[in-house]
Amino acid sequence: MATSNTAAAGVPPRTRPERWKWLGGTRGVDLIARLVTLAAALSVLVVMVWLVIELWQRSTLSRHQFGFHFLVDRFWDPVFGHFGALPFVYGTLVTAAVAMVISVPLGVGAAIFLAELAPRGLSDALTFLVELLAAVPSVVFGLVGIFVVIPWVRTSFGPFLKTVFGFIPLFQGPVYGGGLLTAGLVLAIMVLPFIVSISREILLSVPVELREGALALGSTHWEATWKVVMPTARTGILGSIFLALARALGETMAVTMVIGGTPQISASLFAPGYSIAAVIADQFTEATGDLYLQSLVELGLVLLGITVVLHAVARVLVRATTEKARGAA
Amino acid sequence: MNRLTWRRTVNAVMSVVTALCALAAVTPLLFVLGFLTVKGASSINWAFLTQLPKPTGEVGGGMANAIAGSGQLLLLAALFGVPLGVLGGIYLSEFGGWAVPLLVRYAADLLVSVPSIVIGIFAYAVVVVRMGHFSALAGGFALGVMLLPIVVTNTEQFLRTVPVWLREGSLALGAGQWKTIVSVVIPACMQGIATGILLALARVAGETAPLLFTALNNSYWARGWQQPVASLPVMIYEYALSPYEDYHRQAWAAALILLALVLLVNVLSRLVLARRMASRRAA
Repeated sequence: MATSNTAAAGVPPRTRPERWKWLGGTRGVDLIARLVTLAAALSVLVVMVWLVIELWQRSTLSRHQFGFHFLVDRFWDPVFGHFGALPFVYGTLVTAAVAMVISVPLGVGAAIFLAELAPRGLSDALTFLVELLAAVPSVVFGLVGIFVVIPWVRTSFGPFLKTVFGFIPLFQGPVYGGGLLTAGLVLAIMVLPFIVSISREILLSVPVELREGALALGSTHWEATWKVVMPTARTGILGSIFLALARALGETMAVTMVIGGTPQISASLFAPGYSIAAVIADQFTEATGDLYLQSLVELGLVLLGITVVLHAVARVLVRATTEKARGAA
Repeated sequence: MNRLTWRRTVNAVMSVVTALCALAAVTPLLFVLGFLTVKGASSINWAFLTQLPKPTGEVGGGMANAIAGSGQLLLLAALFGVPLGVLGGIYLSEFGGWAVPLLVRYAADLLVSVPSIVIGIFAYAVVVVRMGHFSALAGGFALGVMLLPIVVTNTEQFLRTVPVWLREGSLALGAGQWKTIVSVVIPACMQGIATGILLALARVAGETAPLLFTALNNSYWARGWQQPVASLPVMIYEYALSPYEDYHRQAWAAALILLALVLLVNVLSRLVLARRMASRRAA
């Protein structure tokens, strides 16, 4: 598989010979087909651009009224028509951070096991299950979060953290159950499959020769993995982490259901908070007045910006690694 | 302990640690399945599947309208997303030059990464604001927007797996390009494209956020496409947050049904795809 850089390495070969361009133009049917399918393909582009324009226009009022101050203002007060996004930005970042702290080591560890150390059959079976986890709808995670994770955090996990790490401000204050920590936990489970399956693919794309070389020189499996394969795959794994982060930031339902729904900034992870996506989901239908609604749309715009940039960076990283691995083969 | 023993110990320890990580990555699925089955299975009965929701606080009733509503929304989404997506995918794989496919692929990548709640705002702005009220159409449009980029990407990938000599054979026999695509290329990868569409539908079937302020919800049967419509995910969300024990029970049941359908489609289509890949490798 890794011995040549031709079709075998998983690149779909370019299947369209150049001379088709001539044939395409010679027949009326072909020309029509070409135009119709072109229009369909362009619809994706149109929808994406339209989406950005629509969000931009529908937040004009809020953008003009608050400017960039919107992002650093910590008061969200619909009654007095004052809208600041900081509590939501804070909640989004903190929950995503908690999720990443838990899911990155677990996910990369699992990917290493599945790609490098496990027997093929076991690896395939476990990967299948992990990918099924990715298919579970967000609202189902939310449901389990409300009725299983929240009580668990309130009665056992929260008090446990408090007794062990209680000297750190992050783990002080009353434990309600719903809050930033719980949202982070649920998010961690939700983004785990992305890290595992993409990192595994990245690791599998590293040429076998590198491993064989390391093993032939007398290193153990772990040393071959850690000192030879991992450095090659590092950029791509970072890409998978960015993808997971983008997911965690934009995730809506599960977070809305367990985060507690309070626009505040609190040092404690036990405290209830709010995320950008959650506040839109909660308040959009009950928003009264243009400014309120437009502020929510602007929040959507902010969220869109963050996730799209992260996603683009992640794609570049993943692609760079797989192509480098292919080139090295 | 000498150096070699140390290295072997590290090797063994790390093997166990990473194996535990893999185990931890799989357990949540088992937990979720377990909880849903224990809490939901007992509440699924004939009444749940065929009756309308009872007024708030009353025990009993079902989610028949939400099940039908989900079907209605998926149908609308498919009507919008599938034809456009398949045709777009055909262009990218069969006609595309250099610049258009690059741009479209990039746009599809971005559109897939847009958070679902933002898609909801978009559909609200485009359909709900213009029509003046919430409707099944708006919800279907939101889901269709999510479906479109997935179908385009899938279709293009499957078309690209068809070997070039099949096309050349058809062209050599005098068929035009469109004729070749319709009667040779697409039949050769029909199964793959169809499976990809099913997977995409299963993915949007569980979406809640884009429906919250487009399709809204409805305690009755939706009359026509212009009315707000209930759907399983939104029902689960609202029932889970309600203070009534009986609603919680029904939320679990609805979640079990939704998850069972989604996982069933996923398992079956992955099996089909795996067999396809295996037969290609053998060929």
